[in-house]
Amino acid sequence: MEQVRPLAAGVPSPEGAPVAPDLADLLRACGRGDQSAFAQLYDATASRAVGLAVRVVRDPAQAEEVAQEAFLEIWKTSGRFDPAKGSPLGWLLTIVHRKAVDRVRSAEASTRRDTTYHQRNQPVEHDSTAEAATASLEARRVRQALTGLTPVQREALELAYFGGYTHTEVATMLELPVGTAKTRIRDGLIRLRDTMGVSS
Amino acid sequence: MSDIHALSGAYAVDALDDAERAQFEDHLAECDTCRAEVESLQETAALLAETTIATPSADLRDRVLSGIASVRPLPPVVPPVEPPVERPAAPAAATEDDATVVPLAPRRRRRVVTFLAAAAAVVAIGTGAVVSQLDDEPPSAIDRVIQADDAQRFTQTFPGGATATVVRSEDLNEAVVITHDMPAAPSGHTYALWLQHDDVMVPAGVMPEGPDNEVLLSGDAATADGAGITVEVAGQEPTVPSDDVVAVISFDA
Repeated sequence: MEQVRPLAAGVPSPEGAPVAPDLADLLRACGRGDQSAFAQLYDATASRAVGLAVRVVRDPAQAEEVAQEAFLEIWKTSGRFDPAKGSPLGWLLTIVHRKAVDRVRSAEASTRRDTTYHQRNQPVEHDSTAEAATASLEARRVRQALTGLTPVQREALELAYFGGYTHTEVATMLELPVGTAKTRIRDGLIRLRDTMGVSS
Repeated sequence: MSDIHALSGAYAVDALDDAERAQFEDHLAECDTCRAEVESLQETAALLAETTIATPSADLRDRVLSGIASVRPLPPVVPPVEPPVERPAAPAAATEDDATVVPLAPRRRRRVVTFLAAAAAVVAIGTGAVVSQLDDEPPSAIDRVIQADDAQRFTQTFPGGATATVVRSEDLNEAVVITHDMPAAPSGHTYALWLQHDDVMVPAGVMPEGPDNEVLLSGDAATADGAGITVEVAGQEPTVPSDDVVAVISFDA
């Protein structure tokens, strides 16, 4: 214990340490038209954005289109990011997710209604080598936290978030009474939020 | 639709259909509690993305970076300065940009949101469009209703996912029917629109062909108790609705 020297009060932590670019700063710079800040933002977040898009859209080529659309929107709306309302990554992935869901819905709008759940739910060959489960600490925490949900909450949440299905579709797929899937999704998210200690 | 607050989780994971989304966003503009909850749930949902990553192609980086070079970032949302006159509607393309943007000032958001149902059918188009923020064209009668401060929305969803939404402004004494994905009326028939006053159905117009329409209803919407859609023989102007009633949408919600 004796060796532990308390940090001198008032001294700001040294600038050292590999500087992960602060995403909020980058977004602010993007809002002012700074393209090199955007390139840094892209490099810091592209694998997550594309990972999410692939997970929802499944087709790697289409997933990249979705990511491209999303990044364009992120650039355009970067000046409107409000750190008081959430993290930069959360904001960015929300945009990616919306684009991905819009893509699967519009692509499937015509065929989807008359396809049964089972036909739709054939395991999809992820021939893309691209998608990979992350072994990051954060990912492990998320998986751990997911085990705290009831099986129905978890399934409903995953079908909605990764499957891009509406809550009414989820209710049908899980044979839940109409109107209860939305509650399962909400309860699951709230539990996940509280376990993960998310504050907004 | 008993408790709209319960949609917050489904909204946060994009699990609402277009009509519900529009309706919930209208609600969000007015409900601080839901807004705060949605923000925290969206943040949480994004954590799920932590469990997957993918290596994007190098090509994507080039495409993205060259794509933004010609696009000007939108200005930030600034607090309203209370313009002397209500600013005219932004074009649909501009609202599309905002569609996925979470933080917006309530006033602007409201307009964006009310546009959403109308724009839903055309979203996903026009990514590269250069967007003008100011548009001097006066809003159409339909847009005025949709954007009215007292606009109320009533949506009916049909099996198969089609929706009919009535937007009514009592101040303007007008109502608009917005359909999405409506199947065609049987051959030789059209959809007729009605406003219900007490127990009397008053003709309010005819729906053009096509799955997605916005139609201004004729008649006194402010005092009506509801709106109806029926199937009628094309080319006739019935004064009494047929028994083939497609939808009855009540205005007391």
